[in-house]
Amino acid sequence: MGNIRSHRLSREDIEANFGDIHPPLDRPRALLEADRCYFCYDAPCTTACPTGIDIPGFIQKIRSNNVVGSARTILSENIMGGMCARVCPTEVLCEEVCVRNTHEDKPVEIGLLQRYATDPVLEAGIPLFERAPPSGHTVAVVGGGPAGLSCAHRLAVLGHEVVLFNRDAKLGGLNEYGIAAYKTVDDFAQREVEYILSLGGIEVRQGALGEDLSLAQLRNDFAAVFIGVGLSDVNGLDLEGEDLAGVENAVDYISRLRQAEDKTKLPVGGQVVVIGGGMTAIDAAVQSRALGAEQVTIVYRRGPEHMSASAHEQELAQINGVSIQHFARPVKILGESEVEGVLFESTRLDEDGRLADTGETFHIDADVVFKAIGQKLRVSDLEDESLEMQWGKIVVDADHATSIMGVWAGGDCVAEGEDLTVSAVQHGKVAAMAIDRYLHAGETR
Amino acid sequence: MADLKCKFLGIESPNPFWLASAPPTDKAYNVNRAFEAGWGGAVWKTLGEDPPIVNVSGPRYAAIHSNDRRVIGFNNIELITDRPLQTNLDEIRQIKRDWPDRALVVSVMFAMNKETWAKYIPMIEDTGCDGIELNFGCPHGMSERGMGAAVGQVPEYIQMATEWAKGAASVPVIVKLTPNITNILPPAKAAMDGGADGVSLINTLNSIMRVDYDTLTMYPTTDGMGTHGGYCGEAVKPIALNMVAEIARTQATSQLPISGIGGVTDWRDAVDFLALGASNVQVCTAAMVYGFRIIDDLTDGLSTFLDEKGIASVSDLVGRAVPSVTDWQHLNLNHVEKAVIDQSSCIQCGRCHEVCEDTSHQAITHTVDGERRFMVIDEECVGCNLCVSVCPVEDCITMKPLTGGVDPRTGQPISDDRLEWTRHPNNPMRQDG
Repeated sequence: MGNIRSHRLSREDIEANFGDIHPPLDRPRALLEADRCYFCYDAPCTTACPTGIDIPGFIQKIRSNNVVGSARTILSENIMGGMCARVCPTEVLCEEVCVRNTHEDKPVEIGLLQRYATDPVLEAGIPLFERAPPSGHTVAVVGGGPAGLSCAHRLAVLGHEVVLFNRDAKLGGLNEYGIAAYKTVDDFAQREVEYILSLGGIEVRQGALGEDLSLAQLRNDFAAVFIGVGLSDVNGLDLEGEDLAGVENAVDYISRLRQAEDKTKLPVGGQVVVIGGGMTAIDAAVQSRALGAEQVTIVYRRGPEHMSASAHEQELAQINGVSIQHFARPVKILGESEVEGVLFESTRLDEDGRLADTGETFHIDADVVFKAIGQKLRVSDLEDESLEMQWGKIVVDADHATSIMGVWAGGDCVAEGEDLTVSAVQHGKVAAMAIDRYLHAGETR
Repeated sequence: MADLKCKFLGIESPNPFWLASAPPTDKAYNVNRAFEAGWGGAVWKTLGEDPPIVNVSGPRYAAIHSNDRRVIGFNNIELITDRPLQTNLDEIRQIKRDWPDRALVVSVMFAMNKETWAKYIPMIEDTGCDGIELNFGCPHGMSERGMGAAVGQVPEYIQMATEWAKGAASVPVIVKLTPNITNILPPAKAAMDGGADGVSLINTLNSIMRVDYDTLTMYPTTDGMGTHGGYCGEAVKPIALNMVAEIARTQATSQLPISGIGGVTDWRDAVDFLALGASNVQVCTAAMVYGFRIIDDLTDGLSTFLDEKGIASVSDLVGRAVPSVTDWQHLNLNHVEKAVIDQSSCIQCGRCHEVCEDTSHQAITHTVDGERRFMVIDEECVGCNLCVSVCPVEDCITMKPLTGGVDPRTGQPISDDRLEWTRHPNNPMRQDG
């Protein structure tokens, strides 16, 4: 691994590269920005928000210096409003539909305002929620990511006891292990988890389906079950050379990076190739650059408009010196024992818009290759053949109920999963409210 | 460039912008800076008898801010000059000598006895000042001592003190009126009857700005206690404009020259005052908020405006809008307007719909053919102008008069005839014919 090494950049440079990507607004700037909100009727931003936050409402409260009330407006719809303020692709959600775009091509900075309102509340641990009287029911929530935490919090607010089973050492799921470090500095994911748990009523236990838990046992032991296990498996390339040293799943690298005590000690390649077109690809590429990789190339089989990473994220990668090579698919990973490069074949769209090979090949030198072509649910973990699945994910209805009575699911592991923290939070919230109705209906029967 | 030269009561100034009697005109140092910046004139901060009054040595001002900290409203509890009379007289004399082309008027306030006025007016005139302004407006402190607004709120006192001042003065006398009254006409008429050469208005309005949200005391305070002060700045302009227009359009007072005061911040505010009957304007708050150099926008803006309008001089603008001001009872009740929303500039915020729905006449859609779309429903629109007022896009919503056909709201044909309330069939006191 000749060229994979740490300390490519000075500590100062690495700390600067992993600093807060969008520094928070101070009070004067927040007030000015809040003043730009037109307080729209049936506001398009609220409609665009997967969790339906009353955005003009929380901005008005910033304007009137009622920051705690503003945070309450946000967190009562989205308990992870703090993280979403940092990681939401606002440019394709609330900010995309802001009427200011029509007016002046510049939306209200909703994400930054949301952070302005929620940061002080989480910082000071101001309690905004009270639990309803005890219901006497205990619900199992499997998975400590955004979906599970959101579901657990709402259930606890509604008066239920929750046992939250988590596989990893820390709670937070992809917020803790997946999202790029510069989007959530100062251990924010854990601070948010602490805030959620401070409500009470949520007991955290180590445990994972397919390991020490079974769905059948959970259904037996608990009044209801919520599955929010995310996608713990990754898609492979199925290519020659995939097992060479230096070829790694991007999610594993990002997770190591997030958990590193000292980023200067993290080894990084000199020439990095990332295969994929989503957020994971962008995060792996940009963070490699931030650690000092000299040349980082994202290779994607289709065009920029087909990438699941937003235009904003693609731009972020390019600003950080990442090259994006479109319309190429990997054919073979080159090297003896260590990776030395990747052979690609150029692709094109045929008359029907289908991807087709061109027969032209090229190769890119690489000492590190990251695979970022998607994650998948480890279906075997679920062990229950009556659970209806589609495209390898759990099928749920509008209430996030699965095909099994008493079992709900949400987050990336369900068929509607959108790969966004904000969607997962909404799934957990909707499921919790449905579970609450289910449990109370059971009482009256 | 239009000539901004101006003559008020025979007092000439290079432009119609005078600094009002207030902190900016307290000392030669300030007035000198103002004249260097280009102000046309100044009314010296109010003089009184020795020994001088004492001001608080703590907060004298407070403001209402927009979120970007623009000052929208302003108040003060400062009293008249707190310097010895002779110091002021000496400085006034020097300033007039140094700036002969600028208008220099001296504001005065004395107790209600004739001898005092007879004693001081000649001393003040002797400085060479161009005129004297009687401060019958200050609403705080001095009014507790029977001066300022305490005089200005009683027409008989206004007339009496004006007569005393006129009896002792050879230069023009301006009476500065308080807005802390229910009807501006009796005070204006009293000033006229007392022989005033002109009036200036408005002085400040009684006001408390807010409370301190930590201490739950009023804000600001002097050692824990506060008092009401005089409110001014942009927020008071509409009040001032109404009072100016009332004097200008009322036959008994229409010949009384007016110096307009109250929230003049940019040249458009000056156009408002001049067109509604003032012959010049006085400015204080804008200078206190932005400094003297705003005079450049005031003069340049007014001059450019006059050029664009083809109006040769400031005096040709004076009173131009007065004939358009009338009593409610003379408005044409047959006239019908409807709001029209320009769909190409609408940004879809929906504020017009929400306010119309909640607080007016349910006359704006939110959805048309399943699409988010805000359109006026003529069958419901009363033409109230609320949507125009709240729309964040200038000229996106406009009012269009109906010139024929039928008003879809009432089903009544649009009539070319004027119908005033005075003749309206619903008016039990209507005049026939």
